[in-house]
Amino acid sequence: MVLAVVGAALFVLPLIGLAVRAPWSALGELLGEPIVTDALRLSLLSSLAAAAISTVLGVPLAWVLSRVEFPGRSLVRALVTLPMVLPPVVGGAALLFALGRRGVVGGPIFDATGFTLPFSFWGVVVANTFVAMPFLVITVEGALRSIDQRYEQAAASLGANPLRVFRQVTLPMIRPSLQAGIVLAWARALGEFGATVTFAGNLQGRTQTLPLAVFVALESDRDTAMAISLLLIAVSLVVLVTFRARWWNTGTGDTSSPTSSARGASAGAAERAAGAAR
Amino acid sequence: MAVVWLISACGGGASGEDGASGEDGGAPGLTGTLEVFAAASLTDAFETLGIDFEAKHPDVEVRLNLAGSSALREQLREGAPADVFASASPEVMDQVEELGLLRSPAQVFARNQLQIAVPADNPGRVEGIGDLARSELAIGLCQAGVPCGDLAREALADAGVTPSIDTNEPDVRALLTKLAANELDAGIVYVTDIEAAAGAVVGLPVVGSPEATYPIGTVVEGSNPEAANAFVEFVLSRQGQNRLTEAGFVAP
Repeated sequence: MVLAVVGAALFVLPLIGLAVRAPWSALGELLGEPIVTDALRLSLLSSLAAAAISTVLGVPLAWVLSRVEFPGRSLVRALVTLPMVLPPVVGGAALLFALGRRGVVGGPIFDATGFTLPFSFWGVVVANTFVAMPFLVITVEGALRSIDQRYEQAAASLGANPLRVFRQVTLPMIRPSLQAGIVLAWARALGEFGATVTFAGNLQGRTQTLPLAVFVALESDRDTAMAISLLLIAVSLVVLVTFRARWWNTGTGDTSSPTSSARGASAGAAERAAGAAR
Repeated sequence: MAVVWLISACGGGASGEDGASGEDGGAPGLTGTLEVFAAASLTDAFETLGIDFEAKHPDVEVRLNLAGSSALREQLREGAPADVFASASPEVMDQVEELGLLRSPAQVFARNQLQIAVPADNPGRVEGIGDLARSELAIGLCQAGVPCGDLAREALADAGVTPSIDTNEPDVRALLTKLAANELDAGIVYVTDIEAAAGAVVGLPVVGSPEATYPIGTVVEGSNPEAANAFVEFVLSRQGQNRLTEAGFVAP
């Protein structure tokens, strides 16, 4: 019990510390400063782009990992989830060595076109995607493994091609998990710091996202730093509260509804499996 | 982003035989850990000084916390348990003193010069400070507020150059890393950083550049004031000054 309180305090106390010292009265004014508005714009654009790219690339990746047997699959799965445990600074350095203008991949591209990712907006998006996509992949892969594959098989046996099976049978069954995965990836991208500052640098208006602005402002203008921190906490809380039920079965009251909705989804899937063949 | 390096926890028996270092003016029988907060540009010099100090005082373990001077100031402001603070700027040291965090007035122990650093093969064909205005080059500086960033901006203003900045790095070593990796065409760092990069970058002089001044002081939050005093004395001693000169610093 005591340990549980200590455990909870570890999460609650920093929030209290911030709330006590935060410049509440000047909050609106501080959040209107150019360093904040520039960073907010960049953060929204880059995190949304990262979430979109994570979805476009991550869903097929999750599908392959869950449906296709190939040698080294567990190794690939481990590599895909590595950014979740890797220190982001290490990820940023690795990106620099791979995609920088002297990097293994970035070098030839730079020599041919003069284009480089580091210190650009797209560098931020790549860094964000690198850390965020694993969250989408494991969420979607988990869903793909847990659904009843007989519906897919039924649709396929009735003549639907694999893309159509995916769109009309699989996708509706994994929709809640896919939505949760997208939001989780987006939230992770929004908070990204280490990989971004290492790979994309720090320039207001081009690569300085909200977390970087907090870091810079902490040394020069604390009140602004705390105002941005409160903004990020507010966004994170809204995301967590909104999607909590999607990720965890909270409390006994909720346990019946996922089951029944899963049953409903299965029934719907059966119809769609048949429909897909028509 | 403060990284704490643990310098050689080599000394075997941490208790017992005191007084191995009675000579040489150092207080005898120093023990315990000594937390030294030092500006990022002091990284290599203070790693060496820490090892030297531990050799003189085998029962003391020196721990370095290296970051931009302004980041260290913020850590001190929040009560970080430092024994010694070495800053790359008198202004930052003054701010720490105004917060009432210094045990005694700080002393200047070294000076440093700015240089333009370019990757070894100088891909941007940079020849002088004026080239930092070229928008097609990838240019990095330390962020404003960090001593190397403020001095660099001062030097650029003196030369009448408006730099085309691509990134503002949190400390001079972060900037040096990107120059050494050849991702930036030019940046402004210290002579000592170019020394430390061991050939990965080359330096071009900044004519009439402002100098960095490094003060060192003992901090009230520290739990080892005797060792703190001994360390400051050691940095100011002939041996300490020789080490700093070897690293490219200029005597005060």
